[in-house]
Amino acid sequence: MGILRTFALGGIHPPENKLSANAPIETLPVPKQAIVPLGQNLGAPSKPIVKKGDEVKVGQLIAEAGGFISTNIHSPVSGKIFKIDNAIDGTGYKRPCIIINVADDVWDDTIDTSAEIVSEIKQSPEEIIDIIKNAGIVGLGGATFPTYVKLMPPPGKTAEYLIINGVECEPYLTSDHRLMLEKGREIIIGTRILMKALNVKKAFIGIENNKPDAINHMTELVKSHDDIEIQSLKVQYPQGGEKQLIKASVNREVPSGKLPIEVGCVVQNVGTAFAVYEAVQKNKPLVERVVTVTGKSVKKPSNFMVRIGTPISELIDAADGLPENTGKIIGGGPMMGKAITSLEVPVVKGSSGILIMEEGESFRSTEGPCIRCSKCTYVCPMGLEPYLLSKAAKLSNFEMAENESIMDCIECGSCQYGCPAAIPLLDYLRLGKLKVGQIMRNRK
Amino acid sequence: MDNIIIIAISALGGLGLIMAIILYFIANKFKVFEDPKIDEVEEALPSANCGGCGFPGCRAYAEAAVKSAKENGNLDGLNCPVGGNDVSQAVGKILGLEVEAKDPMIAVVRCNGSRTNSPGKVNYEGATSCSFAHALYAGEGGCMHGCLGLGDCVDSCDFDAIHMNPETGLPEVNTKCTACGACVTACPRDIIELRKRGPKDKRIFVSCINQEKGAPAKKNCAVACIGCSKCLKVCKFDAITITSFLAYIDFEKCTLCRKCVEECPTSAIHEINFKPRKPRPEKPKAKAPEADKSVARKTTTQKEVVTQDLKDEKDNKE
Repeated sequence: MGILRTFALGGIHPPENKLSANAPIETLPVPKQAIVPLGQNLGAPSKPIVKKGDEVKVGQLIAEAGGFISTNIHSPVSGKIFKIDNAIDGTGYKRPCIIINVADDVWDDTIDTSAEIVSEIKQSPEEIIDIIKNAGIVGLGGATFPTYVKLMPPPGKTAEYLIINGVECEPYLTSDHRLMLEKGREIIIGTRILMKALNVKKAFIGIENNKPDAINHMTELVKSHDDIEIQSLKVQYPQGGEKQLIKASVNREVPSGKLPIEVGCVVQNVGTAFAVYEAVQKNKPLVERVVTVTGKSVKKPSNFMVRIGTPISELIDAADGLPENTGKIIGGGPMMGKAITSLEVPVVKGSSGILIMEEGESFRSTEGPCIRCSKCTYVCPMGLEPYLLSKAAKLSNFEMAENESIMDCIECGSCQYGCPAAIPLLDYLRLGKLKVGQIMRNRK
Repeated sequence: MDNIIIIAISALGGLGLIMAIILYFIANKFKVFEDPKIDEVEEALPSANCGGCGFPGCRAYAEAAVKSAKENGNLDGLNCPVGGNDVSQAVGKILGLEVEAKDPMIAVVRCNGSRTNSPGKVNYEGATSCSFAHALYAGEGGCMHGCLGLGDCVDSCDFDAIHMNPETGLPEVNTKCTACGACVTACPRDIIELRKRGPKDKRIFVSCINQEKGAPAKKNCAVACIGCSKCLKVCKFDAITITSFLAYIDFEKCTLCRKCVEECPTSAIHEINFKPRKPRPEKPKAKAPEADKSVARKTTTQKEVVTQDLKDEKDNKE
């Protein structure tokens, strides 16, 4: 088999804890009330096109894109619009949301809800991009960048490879893993659709080798296709990062401050490939996604297919309730996720998991002095010096932070994970990125 | 032997002389004229180099003052908040100008969401930085406009004038405040405002900046302004405005009559350094009416307030 592929610089290997890896995807019942935030994607929030009292069906357009980098939002449930008001979402703030009181589960007539798999791709590349744009599909790995923008390379640039991200390097999370096992056929068709839209001849599906069942299953499925290759990758966090995956898969390096298209690559998550399949072949917009509910003391770690807008309390109830020794509830994985402040926070397009951490596990030790051990520098996958950048951000020396390329930080948290002095390096890095980003935007 | 010494001395001496002459002419040729008044003005300034005036240090302010006096004949827009009136009079005297006396200002923290008024619903663990916490979440008490209590303002103060009260978790400003405005810029939520110090340090202000409707505001904090307009009705001097469910008292118009303080159903309006008033029979608390929804949402920024004040002042003078 030889040496497994991985990225060159830094990286860590935290305990995997994939507790829900053997739990098949369960479809959760439709909630009584759905809270659909208007800002679900990277970029501008969407604009609502419905008003209070309107009747909506599942899959009906309820909010339009509010700019170039923005997406449509479709109703995930059928019922009556209760109100359009501010409600708390994953950001920790009250933001505009469309709140729908659910009546029944009636789908829009144009959507094919049958289980039949359609493998023939009839649409032209332009039509595919149009469908993906209208279906409101965003990167489902968590960054929620509108997918159709990635499929339209800027003039002068052409895509050479499509890389499908099935790495799922975050500990605990298993939503992509289960999706590959249960919806592998659809993911392959989704990949072919994306290849057609981008006009590329070769696609890779990168999967870490801690998921041997998924690798075998997918390899079996692509036997008849020469142009799709399954790559088994060495377990290394943060391999799921776009730039790290490109390095691991095709051994190319994305230049600082540039997008993957610069080196002829487009990276899409397996969840996105599945959503693309459903949108193009079944005319089904993005109204549901797979969410992992997990944690060491959770009685039933599970993977749920849930509608967007379901409050996370319903997911936790379905996983046999909140354990007594809960310290923190994290939206996303333990490395990059963010603590949630309320159980009423809804599932959005970017929610990949809900991690319930025990008190002892979530405890943060007191910050000590930096002893210049350079562990953070050693593990940084972007080759940065986190100790220096965090100090610069802490002391408001944003000029220095910018010169030391703070904007290249992918916020993976590897530095903070290994810090023996328990310095909240990532917190300060995020602060620095925020401020430097503001300064750079003001300069323009 | 003697010869060598004489030669050496005369050679070096001659060389020095020639160089001195060259340097003398070069210095004359490239001489930069600098107004001696700049040094005088700098001498009169407090030398805090705080940047409160908007210039990088006292020297830059002195240069700007001299330039403005020469070109415009006034010192408009130049204000040393640290030195206050005395310094501006002194600078005016040096430059031969008359400077209007300005009211002394002080930084005011417009949040009273202490641990008892706005009890924590979540615990924050992370970097001790308000800017970071502001980007992360609404705050421990749940109010998305309230003080985060991590002390960015304290760090920014060069004058030891603002400190955290460990009991309430809120910053408190003492009399050392020079109104340089560093904390106003440091606060990511614009909670701190520069207001008139007032006679004998007496001040009245709305200690809340929550722009939510009454019910959600009150849910997170017992002393939030709910925009009920009671103070607006009781004010005879037109000093109170309500924008998006939030009352604001214009300190230029306010006469410190304290009527609004009594009227406020949530005790969001604070009076400072007043004598305790005579006890009065307590009125039964009426239910707060919904504020006028037609009021356009507009946030008055610090700059607007200041420019408005300057305008008002001019109008009064005229």
